[in-house]
Amino acid sequence: MTRRAHGRAPLLAEGLFRTAALTCAAFVLLVMAGLFVVLLYRSRLSIHRFGWGFLWSTAWDPVRDNFGAASSIFGTIISTLIAMLIAVPLSFIIALFLVEVAHPRIARPVSYGIELLAAIPSIIYGMWGLFVLAPLMATYVQPEMQKVVGKLPLFSGPPMGIGVLTAGLVLALMVLPFITAVVRDVFALVPAVMKEAGYGLGATTWEVTRKVTVGYGMKGIVGGVFLGLGRAIGETMAVTFVIGNDHRIAASLFASGNSIASTLANEFTEASEPVYLSALVELGLILFVVTLVIQVLAQLWLARLARQAGTIA
Amino acid sequence: MTRSSKSWVLGSVAAALTLAGGLAFGQTTITGAGATFPYPVYAKWADAYAAKTGVHLNYQSIGSGGGIAQTKAKTVDFGASDAPLTQQQLDEIGLIQWPMIMGGVVPVLNVPGVKPGEVRLTPTLLADIYLGKVANWNSPEIAAANPGVKLPDLAITVVHRADGSGTTWIFTNYLDKVSPEWHTKVGTSTAVSWPTGVGGKGNEGVSAYVLRINGAIGYVEYAYCLQNHMTYALLRNAAGNFVSPTAKAFQAAAANADWKDAPGYYLVLTDQPGAESWPITGASFILFYKDQPNAAKAKAVLSFFAWCYANGQKMAEELDYVPMPKNVADMMEANWTAKVHSAGQAVWK
Repeated sequence: MTRRAHGRAPLLAEGLFRTAALTCAAFVLLVMAGLFVVLLYRSRLSIHRFGWGFLWSTAWDPVRDNFGAASSIFGTIISTLIAMLIAVPLSFIIALFLVEVAHPRIARPVSYGIELLAAIPSIIYGMWGLFVLAPLMATYVQPEMQKVVGKLPLFSGPPMGIGVLTAGLVLALMVLPFITAVVRDVFALVPAVMKEAGYGLGATTWEVTRKVTVGYGMKGIVGGVFLGLGRAIGETMAVTFVIGNDHRIAASLFASGNSIASTLANEFTEASEPVYLSALVELGLILFVVTLVIQVLAQLWLARLARQAGTIA
Repeated sequence: MTRSSKSWVLGSVAAALTLAGGLAFGQTTITGAGATFPYPVYAKWADAYAAKTGVHLNYQSIGSGGGIAQTKAKTVDFGASDAPLTQQQLDEIGLIQWPMIMGGVVPVLNVPGVKPGEVRLTPTLLADIYLGKVANWNSPEIAAANPGVKLPDLAITVVHRADGSGTTWIFTNYLDKVSPEWHTKVGTSTAVSWPTGVGGKGNEGVSAYVLRINGAIGYVEYAYCLQNHMTYALLRNAAGNFVSPTAKAFQAAAANADWKDAPGYYLVLTDQPGAESWPITGASFILFYKDQPNAAKAKAVLSFFAWCYANGQKMAEELDYVPMPKNVADMMEANWTAKVHSAGQAVWK
C-alpha cells in the first residue's frame, strides 16, 4: 500500500508540473497572438483606407486625415542603425578587453560600471541627451563635422544638436551595456582548454579570439546583438527627447525626424479622429511585425550557422 | 491601446480617485478631463472652492482631444477643450459649451543679442517662417519689418508641438486666417502636417527646445514665456499696430468678442479688431451634457463654475490668464438655465 502511494505521488506531481509548465508556455504564445489580433483589429480602419500604401506614404496630415508610416519607419531604422554601428564594435572591444586582456582588478569594477549603465531608466538617458549631449553636439561636434566633411548632404542643415544622429548616439549608449554584458559572458564561457589549445599551436591573442572565442560563442553573441537591437528599435522616451519629432525624411543626419515609438508616445493622447487613432495603432502593428521578423531571421541565420558548423566538424 | 480601453483605464482611474476622495473626505467630488492650458487656474480655483464648500474637483489634464473623447465616453462630469466645437458637433453629442478662461499664445525666439520685444513680426512673416519660406534671421523680409535692429546670419529653426494641443489649434487658426498659403497647404487643427521644424512635447518641451537651439522660434502659452523669461516677439495686429503680449492686450482682444451672436458659442479670438488687441488670443471651453442623469451632481458642477465666474478673476489674473467679463458670465448662466435639464427639469435656476 504505502509503496504504491509512494509510487503514485511523484507521477501525479509530474503530471501537474507538466500541465502547469505547458500552460505557462502556451500563455506566452497566447499573449503574443492576442496582441497581434488586437493591433490588427484596431488598425482595420487605417488598413482599409490606406492599404499597403501606408508603408511608403510620407504624408502625416491630421487636418486632412491622411497618414503614412514611411517617415516613422525611416527614423526608426536610421536611428537604430546608427546605434548598432557604434554599439556593436564597441561592445565587442570592451568585452574582449574585460575577458582576455584586463587584469581582474580592473575588469571587475568596469563590469560593475557597465551593469549599472544598463540599470539606468531610459528617461534619464533622454534628459541627459537633451540637456548635456545636444548642446555639446550643437556647439562642438556638428560644426566641426561640417568643417571637416564640407557640405555633404548627410551633414547639412543648421547644427541644432537634436536630430536623428543625436538620437542614434543616445541609443548606442543605451544598448552598449546590454550587448557588452552578454558578449562578455559568452567569451567567459569558452572553455579554457580550447583557448589553450589554440595558444599551444602558436596562435596570437587575436587569432585565438577570432577563430576560437568568437567561433565558439557565435550564438550567444548574435543573441546579445539582437537583445540590443530589440531595445534600440522600440526605445521611446529617450528618442522622443532628442530626435526632434518631425514627420519628415531628411537626407541630413542633423535634421529632425521621428521613430514609430516616439510618434506613438507623442500623439496617442490627442488623436481624436478614429482614422488618426487607427493609423497610430497600425504603426504599433508595424513595429510588432518588424520585431518579430528580425527575431525569426536571427533564429534562421543561427540555425544555418549551426548546420555549417556541423558539416565542418 | 484603443480608444475604448483608453477611456476605460482613464475612467477607472478617475473612478478610483473619486472613490478614494469620497471615502477620505466623505464629500462630493466632481470630475473633469481635458485641456492642459487652463489646468493651473482650474487647480487653483478648485483648491479655493474645496476649502470654502468641501466640494472637490478632480481634473485630469490629458489634453483637449482627450477631453472631448472622455466627454463622449461619459467617464467624466465635464470635459474641457481649447478648441471650441461647432454647433453641429455639439448637437451630434448633445452638449453645450461655454468659455471659462482666456489666454494668449506668444511667439518666442532665441537669437543671440536680441532682447524681449525687440523683433517685430508681421502676420505674413510669422506664417512664412512656419512655412519654411523665410529661413534665416538676416533675410530681407525680416529686415524690412525691423529697421534698425541688427539680426545675425543664423538659420531659423522652427519649433512646434509634437503632441496634439489646443495651443496648436489657436496658433494654426491664426496662421490660417492671416495666410492664404497656410490655409491651402496646412490648415487648422490640434496637430497639423508641419512644413518644417522640430517638435517638442508640451509647452515645456517647446520652451526647452527654443531655449537650447540657437536661432529657434516657437510658440508657447503666455505663462511659459513669463516663467522662463523668454524672448518674445512683437506681433502686428489686425489694426496694424505692433503689440506686446500682455494680459491687457489679451483683454483688449477679448473685449471685442461677440459672444451673443456666436452659434453654440463657437468663437475664436484670433486676429480680433482693436488697436491694442493681441492677435493670438484664445478661450478655453467647458463641455457639458444638456441632458444630465443626476440633477444634484449637475448642479454641483454648475455651482462650481458659477463660483469661478464670480470669485475667480483675481486668481486667474495672478496666473496671467484673462477672466471672462461679467456680462459673458451672465449670458452663460442664462444658457445653463435654458439648456441643461435633468428628468425634464431645469437644473440651474
